[in-house]
This record gives sequence, structure tokens and C-alpha cells, in this order.
Amino acid sequence: MELTDILEKLLIKNSLVTAFAVVGIVTFASYSLSKYLTKGRLNGSSIAILFGLLMAYVGGRLTGGSKGVSDIPVFAGIGLLGGSMMRDFTIVATAFGADFNELRRSGLAGFVSLVLGVLFSFTIGAIFARFGGYTSAEDITTIGAGAVTFVVGPITGAALGVDSSVIALSIGIGVVKSIAVMVITPLVSKVIRIDTPREAIIFGGLLGTTSGTSAAMAAIDPALVPYAAMTSTFYTGLGCLVCPSVLYFAVAAIV
Amino acid sequence: MVIYGVLLLSLCYFAGLFVGEAMGRLVGLNANVGGVGFAMLFLLLLCSYSETVKKSIRNERFSDGLRFWQNMYIPVVIAMSASQDVVKAVRSGWLAILCGITLTVLSLCLIPFVSRISSSKNKAEEGGRD
Repeated sequence: MELTDILEKLLIKNSLVTAFAVVGIVTFASYSLSKYLTKGRLNGSSIAILFGLLMAYVGGRLTGGSKGVSDIPVFAGIGLLGGSMMRDFTIVATAFGADFNELRRSGLAGFVSLVLGVLFSFTIGAIFARFGGYTSAEDITTIGAGAVTFVVGPITGAALGVDSSVIALSIGIGVVKSIAVMVITPLVSKVIRIDTPREAIIFGGLLGTTSGTSAAMAAIDPALVPYAAMTSTFYTGLGCLVCPSVLYFAVAAIV
Repeated sequence: MVIYGVLLLSLCYFAGLFVGEAMGRLVGLNANVGGVGFAMLFLLLLCSYSETVKKSIRNERFSDGLRFWQNMYIPVVIAMSASQDVVKAVRSGWLAILCGITLTVLSLCLIPFVSRISSSKNKAEEGGRD
């Protein structure tokens, strides 16, 4: 009993170092599984991300919190290591070594995919909202905004003053999208071909959700991360800009 | 020195977030509009055009610190996936799950189309890749 107490105290006190160790072990186990069990067919990073999601589910069930495994005190450091600060900092670091000319050449494709991506996600979300029985323009706009990303949903909902249950649904859709992007994209990346910087730029612009696209690109090809991140990091900003304004007016005009 | 590369990275990071935040205020939003994208752009521009930075990279003064955090990207993403609200996603009901998955699949299907449209526009410039 004494020994586990000591260990627990140490792990909690040094939470970030604990996170390094845990992620290291998960990575090692995942890459070994990838090599020996799937013979490299399923990428090691994909397995590690799936494993992370599973841990997040178990953590959420055990604690009832919203931050996955990091709600368990011993694993609190994982929340810091995987929080938006470190995510954004490492994403910026991936720009080191990227080709600026490639980006300039695909600038138009990036812009087109960004606008199309926000409009498309919003429209699909709005259609589902309508089928789900929501009739007011405010509710439909908020749910459509949640389909853009789980950040845009609540911002739009707050601006339009909708009920908190609708905001919760919009966040739910955004979270499902983000996880679906993490899981589905690496599986289909060979079929739809995301293997050039241009396609990565378009992928980032169409899907947007930063956590989803960053995890998906890590599993597909780490060298393409900066290109996808370049457009996806503008996606949420664009969504916050157009959802509570232009798109809300458009929905109000149709409903 | 590892810290010089990390310093360059953090300066770009803050410069980018500052621009993003200022843009957000400018359009009347309490949100950061593309701050990380601007930060990446600053780092990319410095590494491509600034002679001082280029020289320091060649002398290995910056590259260690930059490369370390670049390689930490995948571990950070794994930690990020472990701190997602998966329970909420599973519990948010058929509407959310169906919508999220349909949306993802349809958007992924759009990639080849957008790629084709935009590459036919740029073909002259690119010398017809494909």
C-alpha cells in the first residue's frame, strides 16, 4: 500500500513528466502492434491515436468529466501536453522545413477549399437540424455552426441566444466530426489520395477541425502536416466570422 | 543552442497569435482568427527569406530547438486524442453521430474535385502536373 501511495504522489506531482512517459509507452506499444500484428498496414500513429481515444473514453466514463483520461489526477499532465497550447506550438514548429513556394502555388486551392468547406459543413449540419425537428433559424444556424467545428457552434449559439440544449447538440456534432476525421481519413487516404502538399492544403480547408485534421495528417504523412494546418487553422476563424452573421441571415431568409 | 530555436519559435507563435487576436477584434469577434496560421507563415517566411535566420539554421543554431518541437508533434497529438470528450461524442445521440460521420465522408469525397478544379486553373503556371 505504501509503495503505491508513493508512486501515485510522484506521478501526480510531476504530471507533465508522467504524460511524457505515458505517451511514450503508448507510442511504443502502438508501433510494435503496427509492425508485428498488422505488418505495417495500419500505421503506428493511427493505432496510437485510436488508443488515445479509447483511453479518453475510459477516463470520461470513470470520472464523468469532459477532458478524457486527463480528468484522472494521475494523468492530468496529458491534458497539458495535449492541450491547445502545446498543439498549436508544435503545429507552428512543423512549418520549419515546409516549402513556401508550394504554399503559394496552392494558395487559390486553399482559399477555395476553405470557403467551400465552411459552407458545405454548415449546410449539411443545417439540413440534419431540419430533419431532427428544429425549425427556428437560430437553432438551425447554431447546429450548422457546430458542424463547422465544436468551437464555432457555442460561439454562434451564444451570439444568437439559443437554448443550452441546442448548444450542447452543436458541440456534440463538432466533437463527432473531429473524431470521425481522426479515424476515417487515414483509412481512406489511399483511395481519395491525400499525398501531395496541394491535397493536404485542400483537406485542411475542407474538413477544418484542427484537432481532427492534425491527428489525421500525423497518421497519413507527418511531412504534409504544415500544409493541412495552414488552411485548417483559418477555418475556425472564418466559421466564427460568417456563421452568426451572413449564414444566419441566409438561414433566416429561407426558413 | 537549443533555446535559440525555441525562442524563434515562441516569437513567431506570439506574433501570429497577436495578429490573429487583433484581426478578431477588428471584425468584432472575441476569437482568434487564424493566429496559428499567421505564426506558421512568419516562421516559413523567416526561414525562406531572412539571411540571418538562414545562416543560423545552416550553423545549426536554430535547427535543434525547432526540430525537437516539430518531432513532438505526434506525441502531442496522441495526448490530445486521449483528452477528447469521447463519452460526449458517443452519447450525443443519433442525430449528432450520423451528422458528424456523413459530413466527414462527404467532405473527404470533395477533395479530388476541388483539387481538379483548382489545378485546371493553375495548369499553365504549373506546367500541367498530373
